Amino acid sequence: MAVQQPIADGDVSAQSDPRFLLVTVFAALAILAFYLSAVYNYFEGDYGAPFASIGGIAGGVVSIDIAKIFNFIALVLLLFPIAIIFRTKAWFGFEGKQSYAGNVFNDSGLRNFFFEMLVMAFLGFVFWFFVGNTVRNLAAANISSGFGFLDRAAGFGINFSPFIQYSETSTYLTVYMVGLQNTLIVAVLGIILATLLGFIVGVARLSTNFVISQVAYAFVEVMRNIPLLLWIFIWYFSVLRLLPSKQDPLDLGPLGLLNVAGYYAPRPVFGDGAGWIGIAFIVGIIATIFVARWAKARQMATGEQFPVFWTALGLIIGLPILALLASGIPLTFEMPTASRFGPRGGARVIPEFLGLLVALVTYTAAYIAEIVRAGILAVNKGQTEAANALGLRSGPTLRLVVIPQAMRVIIPPMTNQYLNLTKNSSLAVAIAYPELVSVFAGTALNQTGQAVEILLMTMLTYLTISLLTAWFMNWFNARMALVER
Amino acid sequence: MKKLMKSVALSVTALGLAVAGAQAATLDDVKAKGFVQCGVSQGLPGFSNPDDKGNWTGLDVDLCRAIAAAVFGDAEKVKYTPLSAKERFTALQSGEVDVLSRNTTWTMSRDTSLGLNFAGVNYYDGQGFMVRSSLDVKSALELSGASICTNTGTTTELNVADYFRANNMEYEVVAFEKADEVVAAYDAGRCDVYTTDQSGLYAQRLKLTNPGEHIVLPEIISKEPLGPVVRQGDDQWFNLVKWTHFAMVNAEEFGVTSGNVDEMMKTENPGIKRLLGTEGTFGEMIGVGNDWAYNIIKQVGNYAETFDRNVGPETPLQISRGVNDLWSKGGLQYAPPVR
Ligand SMILES: N[C@@H](CCC(=O)N[C@@H](CS)C(=O)NCC(=O)O)C(=O)O
Repeated sequence: MAVQQPIADGDVSAQSDPRFLLVTVFAALAILAFYLSAVYNYFEGDYGAPFASIGGIAGGVVSIDIAKIFNFIALVLLLFPIAIIFRTKAWFGFEGKQSYAGNVFNDSGLRNFFFEMLVMAFLGFVFWFFVGNTVRNLAAANISSGFGFLDRAAGFGINFSPFIQYSETSTYLTVYMVGLQNTLIVAVLGIILATLLGFIVGVARLSTNFVISQVAYAFVEVMRNIPLLLWIFIWYFSVLRLLPSKQDPLDLGPLGLLNVAGYYAPRPVFGDGAGWIGIAFIVGIIATIFVARWAKARQMATGEQFPVFWTALGLIIGLPILALLASGIPLTFEMPTASRFGPRGGARVIPEFLGLLVALVTYTAAYIAEIVRAGILAVNKGQTEAANALGLRSGPTLRLVVIPQAMRVIIPPMTNQYLNLTKNSSLAVAIAYPELVSVFAGTALNQTGQAVEILLMTMLTYLTISLLTAWFMNWFNARMALVER
Repeated sequence: MKKLMKSVALSVTALGLAVAGAQAATLDDVKAKGFVQCGVSQGLPGFSNPDDKGNWTGLDVDLCRAIAAAVFGDAEKVKYTPLSAKERFTALQSGEVDVLSRNTTWTMSRDTSLGLNFAGVNYYDGQGFMVRSSLDVKSALELSGASICTNTGTTTELNVADYFRANNMEYEVVAFEKADEVVAAYDAGRCDVYTTDQSGLYAQRLKLTNPGEHIVLPEIISKEPLGPVVRQGDDQWFNLVKWTHFAMVNAEEFGVTSGNVDEMMKTENPGIKRLLGTEGTFGEMIGVGNDWAYNIIKQVGNYAETFDRNVGPETPLQISRGVNDLWSKGGLQYAPPVR
């Protein structure tokens, strides 16, 4: 067995590395292949083909013939030099970390790279083949394709769009944005609320109080054994059945009205000088950050504690209220008023949203509770005992000693729950909450008939949301892990 | 070398075609598998509705049965696929069903951009509104500010948007995928108004807790010609479905019914003889036996019979013939002659 001895840093230059030659030849071959395909196309009378095929692949206008296969292979081969540039750093020890001696063919890094590229090329080819095929099949069946429909007017109504202006004359692109907006609204609110409820239930599950822990246990068991779709239906239709009719809503006084068509909150209407309230709010937040820093530094130095929480509350809520009073209360509330078809005006939340949110939050919270419980149990009991021995009460022990350590176990599976909640929000289609799947992959798809394009867009959107969530959670996880040390 | 490359190219192209070319002639497919796969609604009384034993009945179902009678001489050789409004076109495009007979409105965009063809109109309809009588609404023009329940993926939700926009009225649309959910939400009071094709309103009203407490408003806000749909590009099957419906209308016009069709076989009326296949080879022209229309009429009946049996005045829906009467009686049902 030939022993490959790593040589000390910087001993071998890139030029004397035998792999350097191999990589160069590879790159040259790739460029040659591209060149050959250009020549081939030249004699076939199609000068622009090598470049057109790049556009062709992007635009999906593909038919399989030999020149294009050539082009495709050339394009894939072109990836090699690009990938090689990224890899060389690690291989040739440009940073002086790694050097090399031994047989080129025994180099597992190079070998793996070769096979990786082969798999990539194969996947690329399969993808390219199916896109081309789909486009041709759709054309053969006289089904229209392409993304032109995105600029056409949608023509149908959507009853919930808090931030985006939507009317029947809006385009399908706006429909997409509204759907995405509504998905994000339930997802973000759902994640925040489910996390809060999940933590409470998870901690309650470990409570020494028998009743509390049993109630939490029952909650978790019930939630985990009901199919989510059923749970959404239960909430939606029981909400519809239990709430009073549109004609005589439940009067919550200053809090507005509640009836079968939703919750009608008083809508704040800001007058002149209301800007000061916003400024006061921002000042409050900034001041809080400084106070928190100062308090921490002081505690580190002197051990003295400072009531940061109450100060923050005072700053963030108190300051805007002061500003409100000082500027002569430029704030009025538009109350919902009765009409023939139920209340009008106010800020309305539709029951579809409420039903979906409550169902998703309670369902996901049960899983989060179990994760939290597992995380807390994973912290060595000695930690609690040590904290108690130091004289910390059980509240601070949990908050300052146990939870921070439990977070390491809690965060990674939490990502799963967040992704689940986001994806489960698409079940809203059953109860008419206009989120992405219901309004874009449902209504828009049906009105335009462009299933392939719309489903592709929807899938990519969910993929992006999921990847972003996962990326954020990884970042958060890494941060928590560092803070621990 | 070039030869080799050409042959590689050919085989790859052939592979591509193999993936593409699954759509053979529907009639041959149907004959080979021995039944017609028919896309219907998920339950709309009078049009396509399963009874407690799972037998489907209705006007749209009768059309499926008539097609089976024409192809096999046996109206029972049909299998049904219940489809929501949203799923229906995909199911037909992908070949999951051979024909879609599911109160589907013939519109220009559906006809031209979905790769489908409408093979006639077996029910002329229009969109209407239903409200609780307690609201004391007399006209649709009083509906400004109302919440409206309807199905997604329908012409209905487009029409309602047009109507309220044209009349400068506010509204809120609550759109569900399944008809049963629309009915449940309307029944629970989530919406003030339920809108769909008028025939659908009469049918769905039967599912409400208290059908008597709801009224259908007089306005009809759209044209909804409902008819069977087939895939574009298969003319033989298209012709067969089209002429199945025409045969039923022609039979009504000639006064041929399931009761008297056997006697009519002996008639000397040349029009009836051509229809029933005792003269000419009209069945062959659409790829089936010459007794195709005889089988349709014998086993399913003429258009009047299926109308009266499923939606007519004697049924719970109590719909009169109106525009669906024969052209000769002031209606719109008109079939080209068999000749
Ligand atoms: N004719 C309209 C509407 C058809 C439609 O789906 N109507 C609903 C309401 S009557 C329905 O048939 N529901 C029955 C079901 O979904 O099973 C269209 O073609 O878009």
